[in-house]
Amino acid sequence: MSRKGLLIDYDQCSGCHSCAVACKQEHKYPEGKWGIKVEEKVFVDPKRPNSSVRIDYIPFPTEYCDLCAARAKRGERPACVKACQSWCMYQGTLAEMTVLMEKMPRAVLYSR
Amino acid sequence: MDQKVSDVKVHKMGAWSPGPGCHGGCGVEVSVKDGKVVNVEGMDDHPWYQGRACARVLAMTQYMYHPDRLKWPQKRVGNRGEDKWQRISWDEAFDICEKRMKEIAEKSGPESIIFTQGTGRDVGGMISFLAYAYGSPNWTMLGLSGHSCFTPQLAAGYVMQGDFSFPDAAQFLPDRYDDPEWKAPEIAISWGSTLNRGCVDHYWSGHWFQDLMKRGTKLIVIDPRCTWEATRAVLWLQPRPGTDGALALAFLNVVTSEGLVDKAFIDKWCSGYDQLAERVKEFTPEWAEKISWVPKEKIIQCARMYAKAKPASIEIGRPVEGNPEGNQVIMNIHRLIAITGNLDIPGGNVICRPAYQVTTYPYSTEEVIQLYGADLHRKLSEKRIGADKYPLVKQFRAWAQEDCIIDQMETGKPYPIKGLWIQANNFLANQAQDTRRHYEASKNLDFVCVVDTFMTPTAQLLADIVLPAASFPEKDSIYCIGGPLNVIHKVVEVEECKSDWEINFTLAKRLNPKAVPWGSVREMLTDRMQPSGYTFEQMVDKVWDLAPKGHKCGSRPYRRFEKGELRKDGKEGFRTPTGKVELFNTSYEGWGLDPLPYYKEITPQGPITTPELYKEYPLIMMTGRRSPVLFHSEHRQIPWLRECDPDPVVELNPETAKEKGISNGDLVWIEGTMGRFRRKAKVTPIVHPKMIMVPHAWWLPETEGKSPNSYGIWDLNCNQTIPMGHQDSAGFGGGPISGMLCKVYKA
Repeated sequence: MSRKGLLIDYDQCSGCHSCAVACKQEHKYPEGKWGIKVEEKVFVDPKRPNSSVRIDYIPFPTEYCDLCAARAKRGERPACVKACQSWCMYQGTLAEMTVLMEKMPRAVLYSR
Repeated sequence: MDQKVSDVKVHKMGAWSPGPGCHGGCGVEVSVKDGKVVNVEGMDDHPWYQGRACARVLAMTQYMYHPDRLKWPQKRVGNRGEDKWQRISWDEAFDICEKRMKEIAEKSGPESIIFTQGTGRDVGGMISFLAYAYGSPNWTMLGLSGHSCFTPQLAAGYVMQGDFSFPDAAQFLPDRYDDPEWKAPEIAISWGSTLNRGCVDHYWSGHWFQDLMKRGTKLIVIDPRCTWEATRAVLWLQPRPGTDGALALAFLNVVTSEGLVDKAFIDKWCSGYDQLAERVKEFTPEWAEKISWVPKEKIIQCARMYAKAKPASIEIGRPVEGNPEGNQVIMNIHRLIAITGNLDIPGGNVICRPAYQVTTYPYSTEEVIQLYGADLHRKLSEKRIGADKYPLVKQFRAWAQEDCIIDQMETGKPYPIKGLWIQANNFLANQAQDTRRHYEASKNLDFVCVVDTFMTPTAQLLADIVLPAASFPEKDSIYCIGGPLNVIHKVVEVEECKSDWEINFTLAKRLNPKAVPWGSVREMLTDRMQPSGYTFEQMVDKVWDLAPKGHKCGSRPYRRFEKGELRKDGKEGFRTPTGKVELFNTSYEGWGLDPLPYYKEITPQGPITTPELYKEYPLIMMTGRRSPVLFHSEHRQIPWLRECDPDPVVELNPETAKEKGISNGDLVWIEGTMGRFRRKAKVTPIVHPKMIMVPHAWWLPETEGKSPNSYGIWDLNCNQTIPMGHQDSAGFGGGPISGMLCKVYKA
């Protein structure tokens, strides 16, 4: 079976934390244990037009992300992909994900 | 519609509080196993959220089965604030409430009990229902100043065009963005709103803006603080807090003086355009730059971009109405929407009405009369606090005016206040400005009952009786506040918790059986839903519904003013006295208020009003930025949510922090002229060097509830440094929630 990946179009991630909490609910992870965690990154560049500040959020899949194997067996998409309020997460084979990725200004691909 | 998978049954329903806390309207799937909710996630076949869900919905299992949840009725057995409680039965709780409330009604009159709700929950319906059954006109949201939590938006829309409006994200169309009539706006303005914090503030999800942007919409952000949206916008305006009114007037000035208006719409559907254009001549971009700190070039650019785009929309955030003359500011934004021809068109600002005109609770005086009868309403209005002073309190929304209530609680004039019925309102931790004053005014009342889901600082400090409220999967209710009619239905029970409806229904029946003609809550909900033609049970299967095109209720866009769908008499036009969008406002004129735009710098403190004080307190305090995971004072005890937003912080610019020797994570005092409170410094360039941002409503449920700690509110609450009594001339809007001066130093 071809390897699966989680594609995150992080230019669109608004930092709502839905992925993180959906993952915790799905895996019953306690406080402190994350399958995916949202990080805030703020950078300043005075040369940037309109606003010198840039805010990015990036959901970081941890070692406890199993791409929701149990949900996949039931034919459901991963909890984070479903809950994502920005619709910036996608799941599929690596080949499918790299095709989607070509059109995204800033994206990261996670696989396991 | 419920599906059974193995031993887990999945129930579909609308989600509304208690639980997520917000104004929601989303559809969810609640999985139940052995009488317990085991999973909650989004419902794919609900048009509003389409499978998505916020963190608060996703953490429902932790909320519902939290060990600290209120599980049964309790009565206070020590002094107020001593944290001494005794478990009692529901019968005893209702007996005590009935006895005490009847005594107060006999001795002082029912008007001497204030019925105060919070935001979020469907609680407005049941609290007004209880207040009216009991005979008190004083239904309100205690702690706000000038009703400044969405009510000014309702009121401003009501006086300008008879309805309020929201940016069109196809939310009134079952097929959403696929509906051929719908268009994405070319330009959308987000004004004072942290959109991506979900739908916490409105019946409008922030992420719909992202849906629009993916469909080509360009975003303009007006916000003193740099938000994520601002970094994705084509234009960002960074005004000084509390000066949105100056910006709105300058936009009107640019648009009218440059002729960037929709003349055909103005000629046919608006009144008073010439007077408006004449009045706004003085409010030039140069004038607004001095007040707002926004360069005039950006003001002009913003006005032109908005006015030249068609369609274009504006989303108005809560801080905009918390301005000096807040109602006026919102009215001016409505004027801008109308004269550019963006009202009730696809992709513009669409009039927002609930499906079939079924309402969860009465918004307007008209509805209150419909529900409770003209005689009772007239009788009660005479005693409603603030109605004699403010025409909008009397004429528009049947809420007692909060700034006047606090005065009356202190003076006992014209009549004394003896009790509080507090439902879903934690005002001492949350919205009560001049918090100590609220506490002092409330602490010696004869009777206080709090209905909530967790023990709160407010309940600890004030309550005689605490009643446990059910969360949304534990109750029957409806959601209908502008958008779909959703049904919420009970699928589990948790301990002895009862729904707000059940509690108020039972007590209202005891206090005044004639006011409760229904046999059960479901029967009453079916009666309320009557305009839809559905029974409660039918809607349980259907989950949600939007009214079909052309339905006489007027809840389906577009261009309803052309079709006679907005007015009761079926005539074309808007639901105003003249049938027009009243740019020259006849309602205001009739009430002796200025019918045309004006600007007043009435912020009690600031660089313009108190320049000397500004030297001593050189920072402008903003409060109330939204959290992605916490709703107002809720959710601090939910582990999955708290760990995403763990600390009561203050956001400081690196320059400001450096000057004061403050590092990230340091404990700092924030001091204003009324006192000080403590926070953890978050050093970040997203705030202006002359401003700070303080997230509101912090308390620490993990610390001692007993006074004086009271879960830490006196240490953390920013509202202690914000005064009451700065409501606008209509009694709605105002209150310097942002804009007070302060200084910051290491603790």
